[in-house]
Amino acid sequence: MLGNLMEKFRKSDVYKSIFRHDYKDTQRNRALQILDNVWLHLHPVRLPRHGVNLRYTWGMGGITFFLFIVLTITGVILMFYYRPAGEYAYDDMKYLMNDVPFGPLMRNMHRWAAHGMVITVMLHMFRVFLTGSYKPPRQFNWVIGVVLLLLTFLLSFTGYLLPWDQLALWAVTVGTNMAAATPLLGHEGPFSEMLGVRMDNDVRFLLLGGTQVGPAALIRFYVLHCIFLPIVIAIFMAVHFWRVRKDGGISGPNQ
Amino acid sequence: MSNEKENNDVGNSKQEEQKNEAQEQQQQKKVRPRKAKQDKPPADDQGIWRMNRRNVFTFAGWLAFLGFIATATLGFLRYLFPRVLFEPPTAFRAGTPDDYVIGEVDTRWMEQYRVWVVRTRTGIYALHAVCTHLGCTPRWLDTEGQFKCPCHGSGFTQEGVNFEGPAPRPLERLHIAMENGVIVIDRGIRYREELGQWAEPGAFLEYT
Repeated sequence: MLGNLMEKFRKSDVYKSIFRHDYKDTQRNRALQILDNVWLHLHPVRLPRHGVNLRYTWGMGGITFFLFIVLTITGVILMFYYRPAGEYAYDDMKYLMNDVPFGPLMRNMHRWAAHGMVITVMLHMFRVFLTGSYKPPRQFNWVIGVVLLLLTFLLSFTGYLLPWDQLALWAVTVGTNMAAATPLLGHEGPFSEMLGVRMDNDVRFLLLGGTQVGPAALIRFYVLHCIFLPIVIAIFMAVHFWRVRKDGGISGPNQ
Repeated sequence: MSNEKENNDVGNSKQEEQKNEAQEQQQQKKVRPRKAKQDKPPADDQGIWRMNRRNVFTFAGWLAFLGFIATATLGFLRYLFPRVLFEPPTAFRAGTPDDYVIGEVDTRWMEQYRVWVVRTRTGIYALHAVCTHLGCTPRWLDTEGQFKCPCHGSGFTQEGVNFEGPAPRPLERLHIAMENGVIVIDRGIRYREELGQWAEPGAFLEYT
């Protein structure tokens, strides 16, 4: 009776739409499971044996991606309580840390995963350098990786302002003052007078939405941190993973 | 007999070799990738730069698309520079000239605005109290008649010119003007001596 029902369920359109293949352990079936799945299709159908050699790859790229997923999930959860306005931001952060159930867990996961991602992405770059995996045919993917490193730093930097405490305020004051020293585009940089660049129209002003770190800078950094930079980094990550496959899979000792 | 046989054998083997070579060549020909038919442009293809109806419309379409994208991008960039700032104004009213004593450095606006006001016999100027070395706040030493930075020992004269220590250039002067008998100092507009800006009208308020 139960077996009959199960059999009917297995042959239904709903079941076959979700589980498109058997669990048969054949080469063809295992390849199809990866190939026909929207979530896995960026993943190579076959892995070389050295692909799981952790002493060679350190698994740093995968760990970085894992931390990015952790950050996306915990970040969305934090957004349910956090309001990016000058009057609320700091209090909301304190509320999350003191009164929201599981609030401290979510915020601390976000914070530590962020620190971890900066570290792992640099270790990943270090490993790729040590194993010479930046060499042709992977030179283009190295460039994509450098962009991803920069985007990771930018995400880390924009997220740093959001607690809206003294540390955040002055760290971003110092950071954006560096932008003011940009040649041509920063009001304290060389040659900027030639373009008529002032304190209220330079690249620092563009970042802050004002001449000092204030509520305008908070909402600007919030949008960059939660919407703009994640979309850009997701696009670059897709290209990065796709290139890994197109350039002959994960690099190994014999290449 | 034996020789003939051998010859025959040799001849056969040669023939076989030739046959084999021919077969191999044929196989190689088969293996060699042939150019796909789609890779050939049509015979009457005129290229993209030849003017014809289709290319004109293609070009116009791309022009419209790229024009829209460029305009939208420029608009978005302008959108990021607000017209109104919700910040304290950079200018402040600093009383009348008679509030200041000739020959003295006035420190009344230091705590609030980080500004020294100096009145001389010919006029008034405002100095920005930020050391040009690393941005510390120098102090006015009345008895010694000089500005002195406590961080690294830079010294400035009463005019704001550096004369000792690591400061690379004179203190900056701020825009000063008279409005209805009241001095208005704008901290958003600064004048640097090494660029010859102290001679500009806003850097010094003539008053006798």
